[in-house]
Amino acid sequence: MIQVNNLRKSFNGEEILKGITATFEKGKTNMIIGASGSGKSVFLKNMLGLFVPDDGEIVYDGVALNEMEIEEKSRLRTEMGMLFQHSALFDSLNVEENIMFPLRMFNRMKKKERRERANEILERVNLVNLNKKMPSEISGGQQKRVALARAIANNPRFLFCDEPNSGLDPKTATVIDNLIQEITHERNITTVIISHDMNSVMEIGESIVFLKDGKLAWKGTNKDIFKTDNEAVTDFVYSSNLFQKVRIAQNEGF
Amino acid sequence: MKFLKHIGRYMIMLFGVFRRPTKAIVLKELVLKEIDDLIIGSLGITAFISLFMGAVVALQTALNLDNPLIPKSLIGFATRQSIILEFAPTFISVIMAGKVGSYITSSIGSMRVTEQIDALEVMGINPLNYLVFPKIIALLFYPFLIAIIMFVGILGGYLASVYGGLTSYEDFIVGLQDTFIPWHVMYAFIKTMVFGILLATIPSYHGYYMEGGALEVGKASTTSFVWTCVAIIIANYILTQLLLS
Repeated sequence: MIQVNNLRKSFNGEEILKGITATFEKGKTNMIIGASGSGKSVFLKNMLGLFVPDDGEIVYDGVALNEMEIEEKSRLRTEMGMLFQHSALFDSLNVEENIMFPLRMFNRMKKKERRERANEILERVNLVNLNKKMPSEISGGQQKRVALARAIANNPRFLFCDEPNSGLDPKTATVIDNLIQEITHERNITTVIISHDMNSVMEIGESIVFLKDGKLAWKGTNKDIFKTDNEAVTDFVYSSNLFQKVRIAQNEGF
Repeated sequence: MKFLKHIGRYMIMLFGVFRRPTKAIVLKELVLKEIDDLIIGSLGITAFISLFMGAVVALQTALNLDNPLIPKSLIGFATRQSIILEFAPTFISVIMAGKVGSYITSSIGSMRVTEQIDALEVMGINPLNYLVFPKIIALLFYPFLIAIIMFVGILGGYLASVYGGLTSYEDFIVGLQDTFIPWHVMYAFIKTMVFGILLATIPSYHGYYMEGGALEVGKASTTSFVWTCVAIIIANYILTQLLLS
């Protein structure tokens, strides 16, 4: 479980995060949603320790990140997996080497074992026979799946995903969403996902945090989100044409 | 103030390079790869430039020898001194700032832009140690490249002088051996070692701390080239004062 207490962060005098408190539960797909510029990515980078908060704390399974020693922080990071928005695969390594990278760095596995594990994960993300391809030789959707495979290779306790569906077609987006949810339940890990995509929110948003202007504006589940009368949330949810039409159809009794 | 900020951050980066080391076996592979990319990969172009620069030094010396009292062996002497003292260590380092420096800045800068450095950090790897340390170690082998460059430069001078009809083989060799001071070679290697560290760290600094997108990667490469050259020129003056005067 990850507990965030009163998190504040400013850049050049402008406060981006204005005291956010939230809980991300174990075994659930926890989503952070909100419009562009609402502070989602900054929030996530603070949670990952890539930014140092101005105030507040982030507590991983009872231990505050800012109170950890460097070694303790490094150990925690080996238990984190991160799927970046643009995949962030290492250009100089092929698909297999990218997946084996965390295994090689933090495990005493032999090369053969690492390769077997990489193949096993590649199969899991529906990518076979791409082992020797370079990241530049595969499509965006395939890159995302490789990045997800790399993120889960070392059996992380905490999985973070920054807009896992951006730039993907609906079918591939659904595959990625389902994979993330399956892995979360199967391994009972704490998963935190940033997303704009309302389809994802509907599908896998077991716990949702809605940010607006650097503040937590609403929290709930995918079942609650269409029932809430919170204006900020309804504005966000029904901003897409599809959902506007769905609402009109609901109101008209279809 | 901005300049002091950069100096401070550069020093912090240098300390960061030696903290939380990467697994030795991985590091070994990275160092070998960097030696291949940075040193062996530069051999062709630097040897080509060196061959012709040696030839030009010999030609210009010969063309300025109007006085019959000055021996022709001076061509060999001047070629040796120019190549060993300045041309091989300093001039080639400025060329390396363009070739290797731009490569280092743009490769690390691209990794920054595409969040690959963040990915390393999230995995618990010290990106500075993983990316910069192997480059520093690889460039400690830079004196070996410069030793070859010295040889090729003098060879260029020899070919231009002897086969260009400027002097005889014997005169050139006499000049080459005349008042040879081994310390000058040592001085050149010490300079090269310092330049190697500058070549590894200044471009890495500009790549690692760059902000923005693809355009900024290009700008960072240019800035890194300028500052690496400035640092090499200043270090050259200081080291010459310390070691030769």
